[in-house]
Amino acid sequence: MTWTLALPELVLAIAGLVILVAGVLPKQETFFPVSMACIGSLLLAAVLVLGQPEGTALGGHYVADDFSGFMKLLAIGGAAIGILLSLDYNTKEGLGRFEFPLLMLLATIGMMVMISANDLLSLYLGLELLSLPLYVIAAFNRDSARSAEAGLKYFVLGALASGLLLYGSSLVYGFAGTTNFDRLADAFSADSGVTAGVVVGIVFVIAGLAFKVSAVPFHMWTPDVYEGAPTPVTAFFAAAPKVAAIALLARVLVGPFGDLAGQWQQVITLVSLGSMTLGGFAAIGQRNIKRLMAYSSIGHVGYALMGLAVANDVGLRGLLVYMAIYVAMNLGTFAVLIAMRRKGRAVEQVEDLAGLGRTDLGTAVWMAVFMFSMAGIPPLAGFFGKLYVFLAAVQAGFWTLAVVGVLTSVVSAYYYLRIVKVMFFDAPAGALDPAPASLTVVMAASGLFTLFFVLWPAPLLAAAQAAAAALLG
Amino acid sequence: MNAAGFPLLSLLTFLPLAGAAIILFVRGEEAVVARNARWTALWTSLLVFFLSLILWVKFDTSSAGFQFEEKLSWLPEFGVGYHMGVDGISVLFVLLSTALTPLCILASWEAIETRVREYMVAFLILETMMVGMFAALDFIIFYVFFEAVLIPMFLIIGVWGGPRRVYAAFKFFLYTLLGSVLMLLAILYLWYNAGTTDIPELFEYQVPRAAQTWIFFAFLASFAVKVPMWPVHTWLPDAHVEAPTAGSVILAGVLLKMGAYGFLRFSLPLLPEASVQFAPLIFVLSVVAVVYTSLVALAQEDMKKLIAYSSVAHMGIVTIGIFTINAQGLSGALFTMLAHGVVSGALFLCVGVLYDRVHSRDILRYGGVAKIMPSYAMVFMLFTMASVGLPGTANFVGEFLVIVGAWRINPWVAFGGALGMVLGAAYMLYLYRRVIFGKLTKPDLRALLDLSPREYAVFAPLILLALWMGVYPQPFLDFFEASVAALVQRHEAAMSVSRLAGM
Repeated sequence: MTWTLALPELVLAIAGLVILVAGVLPKQETFFPVSMACIGSLLLAAVLVLGQPEGTALGGHYVADDFSGFMKLLAIGGAAIGILLSLDYNTKEGLGRFEFPLLMLLATIGMMVMISANDLLSLYLGLELLSLPLYVIAAFNRDSARSAEAGLKYFVLGALASGLLLYGSSLVYGFAGTTNFDRLADAFSADSGVTAGVVVGIVFVIAGLAFKVSAVPFHMWTPDVYEGAPTPVTAFFAAAPKVAAIALLARVLVGPFGDLAGQWQQVITLVSLGSMTLGGFAAIGQRNIKRLMAYSSIGHVGYALMGLAVANDVGLRGLLVYMAIYVAMNLGTFAVLIAMRRKGRAVEQVEDLAGLGRTDLGTAVWMAVFMFSMAGIPPLAGFFGKLYVFLAAVQAGFWTLAVVGVLTSVVSAYYYLRIVKVMFFDAPAGALDPAPASLTVVMAASGLFTLFFVLWPAPLLAAAQAAAAALLG
Repeated sequence: MNAAGFPLLSLLTFLPLAGAAIILFVRGEEAVVARNARWTALWTSLLVFFLSLILWVKFDTSSAGFQFEEKLSWLPEFGVGYHMGVDGISVLFVLLSTALTPLCILASWEAIETRVREYMVAFLILETMMVGMFAALDFIIFYVFFEAVLIPMFLIIGVWGGPRRVYAAFKFFLYTLLGSVLMLLAILYLWYNAGTTDIPELFEYQVPRAAQTWIFFAFLASFAVKVPMWPVHTWLPDAHVEAPTAGSVILAGVLLKMGAYGFLRFSLPLLPEASVQFAPLIFVLSVVAVVYTSLVALAQEDMKKLIAYSSVAHMGIVTIGIFTINAQGLSGALFTMLAHGVVSGALFLCVGVLYDRVHSRDILRYGGVAKIMPSYAMVFMLFTMASVGLPGTANFVGEFLVIVGAWRINPWVAFGGALGMVLGAAYMLYLYRRVIFGKLTKPDLRALLDLSPREYAVFAPLILLALWMGVYPQPFLDFFEASVAALVQRHEAAMSVSRLAGM
C-alpha cells in the first residue's frame, strides 16, 4: 500500500478529529489548549513533510515531491503562525472559541491536499476542504455585520469560482478522457491533443484558481473580505491559502498543461499585468489599512505570477522565492495590524498609526521594515523576491511584464511610504496599547528574517531551485 | 590579502552599523540617551575616518587595478558575490564620505533636538550605505547599497526636515526609485547575458551594439536623476531646502556624486559605443543645466535653494567632463566632484550657521552680517570664492580641466561650461553681497554670536581641504591618473575594434 506517503495529511486529519472531540467535552472554554494542540499537530505535520519520500500514491491522485514539500512547509508555517496571531486578539474580542483554530487546521489539510493533488478530482477535493472552513472563519465574528457580510460574500463568490473550476475540469475531462495529471500531460504532448474545448477548459480552470489567489480580474471579493473578516483571519487568508492556491496553479499549468504553455502564458501574463497595475493604483486611496493590505496582496500576486508566466525553471524559482518571502513579511505586517488596539478597542485606519515612531518605536521600526520590504527596497527581503521574478522575465524576454512590474512597484512604493510617513512624520494620535508577547515574537521573527535574508539567501534559493526542478520533472 | 592586511573596506562599511547598534541599546532618560547617541555617533564616525586614512596612505597610485579587494561567495551558482575594492576613481569618494560624516554629526550637535538617537542611527546607516556603494565591485551589491541610501535619507528629510518635509521626502524617494528600477532591468539583462555581476569580470564582456542603446538609457534614467541632470533635477531643490543642514551636506557632498560615479564606473566602460553616440545629448543637457540653473539661481530668495541650483550647475560641468572621455575631462570631472563635495557641503554648513541662529533661510532677512560675525563672513567668503572657481581654490582646478577637455571635443561645449563659471560668479557674489554686506537694518541680527568653537572645528578641515586642493592639487590628481588613463585606453581600444568591425 502506498497510502503511507500521505502520512502528513492523515496524521493531521486524525489529530484534528481527536482535538475536536477533546475540545467539545470539557465544560469550560478550551480555546487556548486547543490552539496549542493545533499548533503542535501542525509542527508534527511539518516534521513529517520534511521526512516524506517522493512518489505518487492513492491511485495516482496524490504526489509528493520537492515542490509539494516546499509549498507545504510554507503553508503549514503560515497556518501555525496564523493561529499564534489569533490567540490574543480572539480572547480580547470574545472570539476565543475552540472551533477557530480547529477550522484553520482543517483548512490546512485542504491546502496540503491541494498542493499534493495529482488529479483534477483531488484538486477539487482539496480546494473545497480549504474553502469551507475559510467561509466559516471569515464570518466568525457573527455579531458583526461586516464579518457576516465578508463570510457571505466570500461564500457566494467562492462557490461561483468552484463552479467555474468544475466546469473547466469537466471540459478537460471530456476532451482528453482523463483527469489524472500525468495522463493529461501525455495526452497533450501529442500535437493532436489540443482542441478548442481543452483550451476553454483550461481558461475556466485558471479563472477558478485566479479567484482563490485573488488575481485581477477575479479580485473583487478581496478588499471586502479582508476588511470585514476579523484581523487574524485576514492575516491567515493573506498567507497560507494564497500559497496553496499559487502552488496549485503552478502545478496544474506546468504539469498536465505544460505542453500547452503557449496557450495559457498569455492569460497568465494578462492576469499578472492586471494584478500589478491594480494593486499599485487602487491601494493609493485606501484609508483602512486592512483594505490597503488587500490591494497590496493583489499586487504581490501579480509579481509572483510573473514567474509563472515565464513558465521555465528560473521563473518558477522566482515564484517560489517570492511566495516564501511574501508569507514571511506579510505575517509580520499583520502581527502589527493585530496589535493595533487603543484603549482595548481594535483600530484599523491608517491614521491610527500616527506617531507610532514616538509612542512605540519597536513596533514602528518593524512595520517600517515590512513596508520598505514590500516596496522592494534593498537590502530587505522583498527586494530579492522581486529580483528573481524580474530576472526570469528579463531572461525570457518578457519585457512588457518586467517594465510594467518595476514601474508599478514604484507606484506601490508610494502607499507603503505613506504608512512610514504616518508612523514617523506625523504627530502622535495617542499611544496604542502595548503589544502582547505573542505578537511581538512574530513581528521580531519575521522582521529579522526580512532584514537579514540578504546575508544567507543561498539555502532558500537552493530549496526553491530543487522544488522548481521537481515540478518541471 | 589586500594591502591593509585585513578586510579594511568591509570594516569601513559596516563599522557604522555597529555604532548604530550600540546607540539603539542605550536606555535611560532622554537627555542622557541623546548625549550618549551624539558621542557614540561622533566617535564611531571618527574611528571610521581614521581607519579610512589607511586607504590614503597605502593606496598604490601607480596601479590602475582594483586594490584592497575582498571576495566572499554569496550566490556562487548565480555569479554574484560579495566583492569589495577601490581603484583610483572610487577611493577618494570613500574618503569623502568618511570625512563628511563626522563633520555632519558635529554640525547636527545642537541643531537636532528631537529624537536624537534615531537621527544618529539613521546617519550611521547612511554612512554604511555610502561607503559600501563606492566600494562595491559587484553590480548587485552596488545596486543594493545604491538604493538602500534612500531609506535613511527619506527618514532624515521627513522626520527632521522643514515645513514641507513630507512632500520633499516623497519626491526625493519616488523620483530616485523610478530611475533606479529601470537600471535594475538593465542590470538583470547584463547579469543574464554575461553570467556574472562581478564588475571586473563584466568589463571583459562586450555588450552587443544593439543592446547598448537600451542599457545606456536605462542607466541614464537612474544616474541622471541622481546627478541630477536637467530636466530631472527638480527633486533636488525641494530635498535640499527641506532637509536638515547635515542632510543637505551629505546630499550635496556625497549622494549627488553617486550618479556621476555610476556614469564613470558603468556607462563608459561597459557601453563605449553608446557613450560616444549619445555624448552630444549629454553635452546638450549639461550645457542647458549649467546655463539654465545658473540663471534660476540668480533669482532665488532662499539661500539653500540658491546653493541647490548651483549644485545642479556644477554637476552639469561634471557630466560634460565625463563624456569628453579624454584624460583631462575625466580627471577634471573627478576633481570637480571632490571639490564640489567639499565646497557645497561647506556652503550648506554656512547657511546652517545662520539658520541655527535666526531660523530663516530668506536672503532678504539678512544683510550686514559682516559687522557682527566677522569670522563667519571670512569663512563664507572663502567658500563663496571656492564655489566661483577662483584660482587657488578647489573648484578652479577641476573646472579648468573639464573646459580644456571639452575644448578638444567641441569648443562650444567648452564655452557653455565656461559660461557657467561666469554666471556662477554672478549669483554667488550677489548672494554674498546681500547676506554679508550692506547696512545692518534688522535689529535682531545684532544679537547674533560669531562662530562657536564647535563650528570652527567643523569648518577648519573643510577650509584646509578647499585650499589644499586649490593650491596643490597634484596628490589628488595622482590618485586618478592611472585609472583614468586605463579607462581612456580601454575606451579607445573598444572604439577601434568597433570601427574595424564597421568597415
